[in-house]
Amino acid sequence: MIGVTRKTARALLSRGVNATAGSTRTHMHFKFQPDDAPAELGATEKTNMCNAIKSAIDIQLARDESTIIFGEDVKFGGVFRCTDGLMDKYGSDRVFNTPLCEQGIAGFGIGAAVAGACTIAEIQFADYIFPAFDQIVNEAAKYRYRSGNEFDCGKLTIRSPCSAVGHGAHYHSQSPEAYFAHTPGLKVCVPRSPIQAKGLLLSAFEDDNPCIVFEPKILYRAAEEQVPVGHYKIPLGKADILREGTDMTMLSWGTQVHVAREVAGIVEEELGISIEVIDLVSIAPWDRETVCNSVSKTGRCIITHEAPITCGFGAELQATITSDCFFDLEAPPARVCGLDTPFPHVHEPFYMPTKWKLIQAVKATMDA
Amino acid sequence: MLTRGLRKVVRPLVTSVPRSDKFHPSTQSEFINELHMIDPMEIERLPVYRVMDRSGKILRENQDPKFTKDQAIKMYKAMIKTNEFDRVMYDAQRQGRVSFYMTNYGEEAAQIGSIAALNPDDLVYAQYREAGVIFYRGFTYQQACDQCYGNVDDKGSGRQMPVHYGSRELDYVTISSPLTTQLPQAAGSAFALRRAGEKRVVMCYFGEGSASEGDAHAAFNFAATLNCPVIFFCRNNGFAISTPVEDQYTGDGIASRAPGYGMMTIRVDGNDLMAVFNATVKAREIALSENRPILIEAITYRQGHHSTSDDSSRYRSIDEVNMWQKTDHPISRFRQYMMAQGWWSMEEDAALQKSLKKDVLTALVTAEKKKKPSIDSMFEDVYDVPTPELERQKAELMEHLKQYGKHYNLDQYSQ
Repeated sequence: MIGVTRKTARALLSRGVNATAGSTRTHMHFKFQPDDAPAELGATEKTNMCNAIKSAIDIQLARDESTIIFGEDVKFGGVFRCTDGLMDKYGSDRVFNTPLCEQGIAGFGIGAAVAGACTIAEIQFADYIFPAFDQIVNEAAKYRYRSGNEFDCGKLTIRSPCSAVGHGAHYHSQSPEAYFAHTPGLKVCVPRSPIQAKGLLLSAFEDDNPCIVFEPKILYRAAEEQVPVGHYKIPLGKADILREGTDMTMLSWGTQVHVAREVAGIVEEELGISIEVIDLVSIAPWDRETVCNSVSKTGRCIITHEAPITCGFGAELQATITSDCFFDLEAPPARVCGLDTPFPHVHEPFYMPTKWKLIQAVKATMDA
Repeated sequence: MLTRGLRKVVRPLVTSVPRSDKFHPSTQSEFINELHMIDPMEIERLPVYRVMDRSGKILRENQDPKFTKDQAIKMYKAMIKTNEFDRVMYDAQRQGRVSFYMTNYGEEAAQIGSIAALNPDDLVYAQYREAGVIFYRGFTYQQACDQCYGNVDDKGSGRQMPVHYGSRELDYVTISSPLTTQLPQAAGSAFALRRAGEKRVVMCYFGEGSASEGDAHAAFNFAATLNCPVIFFCRNNGFAISTPVEDQYTGDGIASRAPGYGMMTIRVDGNDLMAVFNATVKAREIALSENRPILIEAITYRQGHHSTSDDSSRYRSIDEVNMWQKTDHPISRFRQYMMAQGWWSMEEDAALQKSLKKDVLTALVTAEKKKKPSIDSMFEDVYDVPTPELERQKAELMEHLKQYGKHYNLDQYSQ
């Protein structure tokens, strides 16, 4: 796999952030909307998603001596700096580099988990997770089941940067959650924010099943909010209703949640349409009850994600919503997703499920 | 890995170029000024370590592992136990009583010699042709038959095909069908055990065909760079189903790859129980005291078919198989040694085989009568706790069976 230096990684992220007038610069397609941290979680600090993730890892390394974190370039702090300073703090027996080999990272991670270590394996870019697919799908996912619960690798968490960054093209932009959602035995989630990222990771670390956390990399720096400084968990498997509404449900995850939120604001103000925005949060298992209750209430639904539309996770949602909510529907459930092309470079603005495409879809669904 | 011959050519040509470690930080190599491509044929093939000759006579006294009579008999019985189980179960499959089976013929010493050299709690990862290993550890015929039948007493809960044994109690990780996946896992487990301060080595069995998979390369490299106390034990038995070794690799087998990873290695006569034993004892000692991996390549021969789905006469001659059986069978080599010590006789051999055969048949018949795990157990263990979706699917299936149950063999399954 192509190595990405820290400098390049920083460039990958920073170019997306500068919404200046430079004509060749891409601007961000979304505006991050921070949340308030629940009061019961105590003191907070302004933190971006990268540092929130680092905080989760730091807390886990401190509370569980068996915890190890590893992957390519993890030792010096990671190409996105999510492990910055952790090797100095915990030593290179716990925070370490592996050779450049994703199948090795996954396989080694499974074995460490089987032997009882809390194991955090980083795959540098979700686009490079595929060499590890066999280990994840054929081994990790099936470990407990095939052994009749004699063995399991529940202590394994795989975390990987994913999704569009503005100019990442084919191999630095993918959102591969659907491939893994199709495998019984895995848990998969996608945080939309620093608070979510830290809480979901801390849940994943303690969850007794192999978990994959896909972290939208554009949010590492662009997403900043008041994050609880201590330990807390956000439950896996529960969707989050971010905005209540009556006319339509809009369902998404990751970066795209912020596009959905923005669209909900626009159509309410300009067209008087009331949209209920839901962050699915967990792809596997997903919160069918919350989603279907919402669609039954509103009667309309748009599902939106960055991954290509065909067989993207939206297909599963659309199918289930249609069958569960059929008699409550006022319009066919719709999907606004990435196109069925490899993730393009110069054409990214047209490939993406933009707020304009969403607004168009909202109008079409209301008119149906 | 230069041969002495090559060194003679190289040395006079080295000129006094100042060595710059900064420029080549990763190498301790000398500079030479003559262009020379190293042909692998210049490098000596790794020798095969052997203790006994083919008639069970120890060739060098200082290599005698000095087994006690009890130790020798324990290992010998384990080989026969495996062999008898194979014979009965192979036939059982042919009669349609079991869906599938894989024998261990010809590899009994590679299996028993190695596992006998380890501690009972050393963690074992295996491929599929290591039944002798789990039998030696204490897996019973009943447990093995229960797994092959996938009945209520199968530790694996009826989830996998026959011979996919596993036992937490015996520190033998459950087998999976995908090849080689266990190798990097073994490295990871060794790392975790080392960090936890446990003086346990991880033993990882695999075949020479399996060594071609990318996971093997990954495992060797990870184990060596990350100081993992793991023994990679390769059963080079000449075949991967129908694929002979000449189609599997063109280098000097598997052992020769280890130095490329910075890993220690030895090639042993896999049909020589003593050689396998000695090498494994040493490997364990080095792995644990130095926190490093070792590769052992055991040269042996797969005397049986790949599995009950294979007929090996389609790709190799029966004469070849008979030749190995007659001249280099691991069981007879060790038996000859034991008989020369006065520890065993052909009468005891016949009696043991007869009694074990009876034991297998008893276990088989018992296993056959047991029910399969309950239908709703199918939904357990996907996760630690079933998800709402799994609960829903289970309820739907149960509803379906209430109406259509007569079309399924429900009485085969426990309630």
